[in-house]
Amino acid sequence: MMFETLLFFAFSAVLVGAAFGVILARNPVYSALLLVLCFFNSAVIWLMLDAEFLGIVLVLVYVGAVMVLFLFVVMMLDVNLEELRKGLAGYWPIAAVVAGLMVFAILDVVVVKHLGGVSLGAAPPLPADYSNTRVLGEALFTRYAYPAQIAAVILLVASIAAIVLTLRHRPGVKPQNVGEQVRVSAKDRVRLVKMAPEKRP
Amino acid sequence: MWTWEPIRVRLSSLITAYWADPVLTAVQILMVMIGVILVMAFYTLAERKIIGWMQSRRGPNRVNLFWVPGLGQPFADVVKLLFKEILVPGDANKVLFRVAPFLTMIPALAIWSVIPFAPQKAFANIDAGLLFILAMASLGVYGVILAGWAANSKYAFLGAMRSAAQIVAYEIAMGFAMVGVLMAAGSLNIGRIIESQHGGPLSWNWFWLFPLFVVYYIAGVAETNRAPFDVAEGESEIVAGFHVDYSGMAFALFFIAEYVNMILISALTVIFFFGGWLSPFDGYLPASSLLAQPGFFWFGLKTLVPMFGFLWLRATFPRYRYDQIMRLGWKALIPVTLVWLFVEGVLIYCHVGPWKGHI
Repeated sequence: MMFETLLFFAFSAVLVGAAFGVILARNPVYSALLLVLCFFNSAVIWLMLDAEFLGIVLVLVYVGAVMVLFLFVVMMLDVNLEELRKGLAGYWPIAAVVAGLMVFAILDVVVVKHLGGVSLGAAPPLPADYSNTRVLGEALFTRYAYPAQIAAVILLVASIAAIVLTLRHRPGVKPQNVGEQVRVSAKDRVRLVKMAPEKRP
Repeated sequence: MWTWEPIRVRLSSLITAYWADPVLTAVQILMVMIGVILVMAFYTLAERKIIGWMQSRRGPNRVNLFWVPGLGQPFADVVKLLFKEILVPGDANKVLFRVAPFLTMIPALAIWSVIPFAPQKAFANIDAGLLFILAMASLGVYGVILAGWAANSKYAFLGAMRSAAQIVAYEIAMGFAMVGVLMAAGSLNIGRIIESQHGGPLSWNWFWLFPLFVVYYIAGVAETNRAPFDVAEGESEIVAGFHVDYSGMAFALFFIAEYVNMILISALTVIFFFGGWLSPFDGYLPASSLLAQPGFFWFGLKTLVPMFGFLWLRATFPRYRYDQIMRLGWKALIPVTLVWLFVEGVLIYCHVGPWKGHI
């Protein structure tokens, strides 16, 4: 138990540190990588809470797919950082007010309204054969079957829309027709001609 | 069979009980890692020898070990790479350039923690083992992207882009093939996936999921950037791809990670489609006979076959063109998996095949 507590604090410390790094790093590539570290540490913390499905899916979806694309974009874009940083200091008061409001709102909802003002105690121990994957699967495929399907359809529509918006037909491109290439036979291409030998000079 | 128990008890009495478990686990992890690296070392030798024989050459035969010509070649290579200087290009991003090889190496080794080598012999017997494998495999791409970007070279960046796009594309086909496996097993746990295939070679998954097996293996070859999908390295176009600027042990880490990944894909192919540590005589010989016992022997023996397949493919096929790779991944492999997942669903629903107990 001691060891787990130690691990929890170690990972939490790295998580918070990396989260600060995301907004403080000067190089956007570093920011993206630190965000990856954030995701990874929160996944580990979820794993320690026996929510292994959520933890692993966080790594699989966000680290393995979303952040790779982010990194792609950040690396390809040649952003002029000095231009972006100009006048940043002027926004500090507004940012502080917004951040303060959000912290207040989260505390209000989570601690005061939801928990009735008491702090969290130790969670009740889970049964030995508890499987986070199974429980989530049962919830998603029975009780929340329709919401899950609707979410899937919305995602599908969004991805089709993204493709349609960015698709452009360029004139003058000569793509290969694979079917035609495969159907090619020697008979159509080579003509064997029989001819008498020429007279030697 | 040799077990850890006596040594564990002895060591536990020496160390205070509190730290005994983490330390022993660390020792076991080290043992598996050294084992994997040794297999990888001789795999490189096997590659050069086998491809040599296929092309009527002798392969490496200068460095003798135990009077076997060529057997010491991997160790000679390691010594050579260890003594080479690790060059860092002047305009490279120094930090990321040094971190990238580790980011390639770590996921390649981390997946071994959920691989069961024999019944009940895995480091982490987690419920979502299959997902863990997918998640860790998807991390390998970071090392490639960062290596290509940090080197600040056009060739390296082109190689990294090609490799990353290829890995991301084939991961989907690979994931779908795994979905078929988990539908057949009814579980995400690797141990249970193997156990669900018991009953001889015809009840292993390859028989009913043959298209998925083919897709998985092809996607595995593409994931590891091996020939014929090695446009990421494309010697004739972009020198050596994302690791052009690496030398010495930094290059060796990419090299080791590639071969460890090949061994891993082979092991996973065996686990998903060829019954892992199950014996091929299981169900044909009486259950008490020695040959029908499940164990590490069968797992290792079966893993050698797909490993040989990697080398065979490399010696046989010319390199794909990039658009052909993308067409194969998106327009051939993914539709095949989708169709077969549907067929499998119908089979399960109609109680055809070995999987009768699910619904």
